[in-house]
Parts: sequence; C-alpha cells; structure tokens
Amino acid sequence: MEPVMRRIYLDNNATTPVLPEVLEAMRPFFGEHFGNASSIHHHGQETRAAVERARDSVAAWLNCRPAEVVFTSGGTEGDNLAVAGLVGAGDHIITSSIEHHAVLHACKHLEETGCELTYVPVDGRGLVDPGDVRRALRPDTKLISIMLANNETGVLQPVDEIGKIAAEADVYFHTDAVQAAGKVPIDVKRIGCDALSISGHKMHAPQGVGALYLRRGTHLQPLFYGGRHERSRRAGTENVPGIVGLGKAAELAMRGFERGDEKKMSALRDRLERGLMAQVDDAGVNGEAGPRVPNTTSIYFDHIEGEAMVISLDLKGLAVSTGAACSSGAIEPSHVLTAMGLRADRARASIRLSLGKQNTAEEIDIALALVPETVARLRELSPVYKKQAVRS
Amino acid sequence: MSGGVDSSAVAAMLRAEGHNLIGLTMQLWNQRRLAGHEGMPESVQGRCCSLDDVYDARRVAEHLGIPYYVVNHEERFERDVVRPFVAEYLSGRTPIPCSLCNNHLKFDQLLVVAQQIGADCVATGHYARLEYADAVGRWLLRRPADRGKDQTYFLFGLTQEQLSRTLFPLGGMTKPEVRELARKQGLALAEKPDSQEICFVPGGDYKRFIDAYLAESGGALPDTAGELVTANGEVIGEHGGVHNFTVGQRKGLGVATGSPLYVIRLNGAENQVVVGGDELLYSTTLRARRVNLISVDDLREPMRVSVKIRHRHEAAPAIVEKVATDEILVTFDQPQRAITPGQAAVFYDDDIVVGGGWIV
Repeated sequence: MEPVMRRIYLDNNATTPVLPEVLEAMRPFFGEHFGNASSIHHHGQETRAAVERARDSVAAWLNCRPAEVVFTSGGTEGDNLAVAGLVGAGDHIITSSIEHHAVLHACKHLEETGCELTYVPVDGRGLVDPGDVRRALRPDTKLISIMLANNETGVLQPVDEIGKIAAEADVYFHTDAVQAAGKVPIDVKRIGCDALSISGHKMHAPQGVGALYLRRGTHLQPLFYGGRHERSRRAGTENVPGIVGLGKAAELAMRGFERGDEKKMSALRDRLERGLMAQVDDAGVNGEAGPRVPNTTSIYFDHIEGEAMVISLDLKGLAVSTGAACSSGAIEPSHVLTAMGLRADRARASIRLSLGKQNTAEEIDIALALVPETVARLRELSPVYKKQAVRS
Repeated sequence: MSGGVDSSAVAAMLRAEGHNLIGLTMQLWNQRRLAGHEGMPESVQGRCCSLDDVYDARRVAEHLGIPYYVVNHEERFERDVVRPFVAEYLSGRTPIPCSLCNNHLKFDQLLVVAQQIGADCVATGHYARLEYADAVGRWLLRRPADRGKDQTYFLFGLTQEQLSRTLFPLGGMTKPEVRELARKQGLALAEKPDSQEICFVPGGDYKRFIDAYLAESGGALPDTAGELVTANGEVIGEHGGVHNFTVGQRKGLGVATGSPLYVIRLNGAENQVVVGGDELLYSTTLRARRVNLISVDDLREPMRVSVKIRHRHEAAPAIVEKVATDEILVTFDQPQRAITPGQAAVFYDDDIVVGGGWIV
C-alpha cells in the first residue's frame, strides 16, 4: 500500500468544497462584521443588510420573492420544517419511497403520531409516476412531498406535473431540492410548489446553512420557538456568515447556468460514465434511462461489494460513496436502489460518483484508471465471479 | 477495532512498530433495534457496536493517524450468530455466540474485507498466541501470557488459512501491561472498563433478548414449556420454557425439595427439564461434533490432552479419540461437572490448542 500522492474528490453529493469566492464573501462576517442581525445599532444594521442581500440573491435564483425565503440550518431542517410544519394531526401525506431520510424519517415520525402516509413507488428508471401521485390523493390529503433530484442516482422527478396535480387538488406540495440546487436551474413558479428546501453545502456554500422557499401566505408551524426571526418561521439568531455564503453560492449558480456550466459538467460526467462502461464488463448505470442532474452517476459492478470498493478507492486517494452517508459511518443497503427494483446484490455492488465545480478532466481520467483496476482486483477475489468466468 | 482498550492498544503498538495500518470496525448489530421492546432497556449507551464505541475507535484511529472505516456486517451477524443463538436456546442447548462470531465474522468476513482492501493480515486484540511450527508445517494457537484473559477457548474453530493471516499482538502481554501501553500511547480510553457480557444482549439477560428478538421478527416465542422431571422420569412440576434453563442451574426451578436440585439435562425434543441432585451432574465422557483441529491434521489414534468444557473451566486431563468422521469422544480422568450441550470442548496439549468441537 503506497502513500496516497493525490486526492480526488468525486463525492460532491455528500458535500462540496466552499468555492473561493464564497469564502471571500463570508470572511468579513467572521470578524469585522460580527453584529447580531436583529440588533438596532450599527453592527446589527450591517449584518441585517448582508442577510437581506443574500435573501435577494436566493430569491432571484429560485424565482420567488425575498419574503418567501426562510434561512435554515440546512436540508434536514428545511425538509422537517416543511413536512412537519404543513400538516396537522391525522392528515394524509403522499411521499415517495426514494426520498432522503430527512423526509422519510420525518414522515415516519408523523405516522407514529397519527398521520397517514402513502409512499408512491418508482419504476426501474427511478422515476415517480405522477399518475400514482394522483391516484394516491384522498379527501384528507394535506401534503405531497416528492424530491426534485434523487441523491443517489441523480434522477430528476416530474415535479412540474406533480405541482399541477397538487394545485388542482388544493394540496400542499413540498419538494426536497437539495440535490438539484446548483446543478439544474430551479424555478419555484414552474414547479408550482408551496415549499422547496435546499442546502448550502451541496452547492459550494458552507455546511450548516440552507433555505426553505415557502410560498407567500402558506401557514407553517415552526420547529423552533424563540424570537421572531425569519418572520416567526424560524427562531434563532441568523447564521450570518453561512447565509452570506449561501447568497454568494446562489449568485454563482445563476451565473453558471447563464454560461452553460451544467453542459460542461454533464460532458465530464458522461466521459466518466462512458469510460467506465467501455472498460468494465458486467456493469451498468442505475437510473440511466431517466432524466438526471449533470453531476451524478450511480454504477453497479457485478460481483463486488460497494463497501470494499469505496474503502479500496479511498486508500488510493479517490473519494466516492456507496450511497447516503450515515452518522456512524457504517454503510447500509440503499433504499433508493432497492426501490428501483435493483437486486440486493446489485444494490450492494453499486457506487456513486458525483462531480463538483472544482473537478477537472484530468481528475476524471485518473478516476478512469483507478476504478477499473480496483474492480478487476476485487473480482479476482470474488469466488462468484471466478466461477462465472470459468463457465463462460 | 471495537473501541475497547485491547484492539486500540494493538493499533497503537503496530503503529509504533511502523506497520502500515488500516483501522476497521465491524458494525454487527444495531443496538437500538430492540430498544423499547418489553424488558429491553431504552438506552444502550456504551455497548459494543454502539455509536459510542465506534466514536471511541474512530478517535483512536485519528490519534494514531491511520485510515479508519466502519464495515457493516449486520446481515451476516444476524444470520450466523444471532439466529443460531436463539435457536440453540430454544432447543435446550447453551450456545457460545462469541465462537460463532469469530468463525463466521471476525476471521471470515473481516479477512475477506482485509484481502479486498489490500491488507496482508488482520490483527485483533484477542489474548492468544500464534506461531508457525516448521516441524509440522502448521500454525499453532497457544494460550497467552495472561491466563486470566485467555481467549483461546473461543478461537478453536480457526482454520490454518485463517490463522496464517492473523496476528494476535497481545498474546505475550498481561492486561495491566496492555493498559499501561495504552496510557503511554496517550489513548484516552486506557481506563475504559472491560466488556464482559455477550455484546448484543443488553444487561446479560438473554431470556428477555430472545423474547424481544422473536417479537420483533414477527414470530411468537415457540412454546417450549413442559415438564420438570427427575432422572427416573418422575414428573415433579412444570416449567415455562426450556430456554430458561442451562445445565447445572439451581435457581429458578420453581420446586421445593429437601435437598438442592439442579438441572441435569435438557430434553429439547420433549421440552423436558431433567433435575436431580448435584452428584448427577458429573460425567466422565462427552461427545463433540463439528470438530476443528489446529495443531494436528487428524486424530489417528487416541491422544492425551486436557479439555476445557466452558470458558471458565480449568482444563481437565482426558483422552480424545475419533469415533466417527466428525465425532470425537472425550474421556476424562475425573468426572466433570455440568457438561453442557451447545458449549465447546477445547483440547489442549499443555498450552497448545489441539482443536475442539461442539458438545452434543
């Protein structure tokens, strides 16, 4: 085992590095501009102005009014706030089987406290059928929560259609847009959602900040009680540096879309994906047939353990993941891949590679060398693979 | 790396010797899984496989500057350790999950992972010694310097292949020396208490665990209630289920007689618990199956050894002989108390583990 010479990070769906411009924008708010944004004096006014400028940037990026943006601590809080805040005791909720745990576990909790849940399935492409959502509607349905892009496969869900269904039925529609933010343009008007959550650190802003779009006039039960911050929708002193960073990241995301950055990103991703498919047999892309965000690929390599793959690659300096990261660092089988109908062994044989703005073509080429050689080595050790090889 | 002192000390020791190390923790059981079931504690802090232990192991790896990963083997652990553990109790035997875990997880799955990620050997914090005997061309498993911590009883199932890729760096050390080493290496957990009980059974109450496990997996506890009988077959009472008993048990029989009564035998097929006086607990022979031999490749003729019939048992002189392809007859010089089906009989030649099998 040689020491790692160079580290390549292809796990940007887990988190992204803060971009230098974002860090620069935040820097004064750790020192010079330290005021509490709720204070009356000069120091408070400075940071209040910065928070509101960031709100303007986020609103412009999402195509909503600034007053419809609630700053949060991140994706999990936004998801919890929307899901728990929009329903009452005994209401019916429609969600999907491939949501992030921030939605699924919040729903599970509500189920335990008297709400009724319908989990719509996905097809082999990882797509929710809007027809299933329509059919799941009941007179007591209060909320539909379906994600915009899946974190493991990157598959984009038909949220525009679901938004229409929700509007016709006069039901709240929340979408977890954490994995779409910064990767595809987001327009809350087009989606027709009442709530949409995003997370800063998935789009090159820091960890610990996020935002929830909440359509004007939507009554929301808060999660936190305290001061009247964020128009009484989220108590707690604002995380000014984080919010400023998120505002900057939103501006950079908009500018990126104007330049067509997502096309460059998908070209890199496709180069990676095609390169791997060309070099490795018995492998395939999960969710390939669905529309996807440009940075994500989920690939199964038959006869290997994704877990061993991730560790082996990390020891060689390439950071990828098997799926959603868990607090203990342990790797659990993916509920998303199994919901798509992937066989259990294929779900376990899958890894996720996700690109960020900082990745280069050279890095992709190094990954294209490391992954096939690691797959080959692991297959050499797999009794199942050897048996097959002898047979064929 | 379990997050305990022993495996942490092993990591620190090998690191100091300049080895290229990768820290691995096996996630084997979700301690929160049965929390809240009747009779199970709500909180499971500070237990094996708990987040606290993973946290401790990770901190040690950080401290030593080695890469560290948690590998999830919950499915295999449930299949190869937990389910057999429950099934054995329900059939009137007294299982040893630690041996199953060593055979099927720690020296099987973990060795596979090690090979996959490019490691030559797996080093663990077990108290045992390993050496290669050129004369016979075999790996030998020997009792450790610290006899009080001897774990060879749980390791009798290891094959030559498994032993060839294993390191037991603590074999020559005593527990106080290990703690001292941990202190010297600056490990914060040097004073962490030893774990004593079965890692997945909170509070050591296996009966409650079995109830909760069966309830959680949707199955009701099979009715293993039956009769309490004497060795002569005389019915003297009833019992609530054979899994509540183990050979040699005195308490909880629910019958009062003039002289103390003990469980002599569990008759799983008839759900009978056979009781009697202490003298009936002694036996000179036992039979063991699913035999694994370490220091020799076969038992061609009867061999004089000493045999341990449970972890806390002074190995007793005996003759072992093969009576069928996979069955060994052990004949002790002196009768032994409470030979218990489901436990292992491990054969020693002085401090060398000859092999062992499961008592039937």
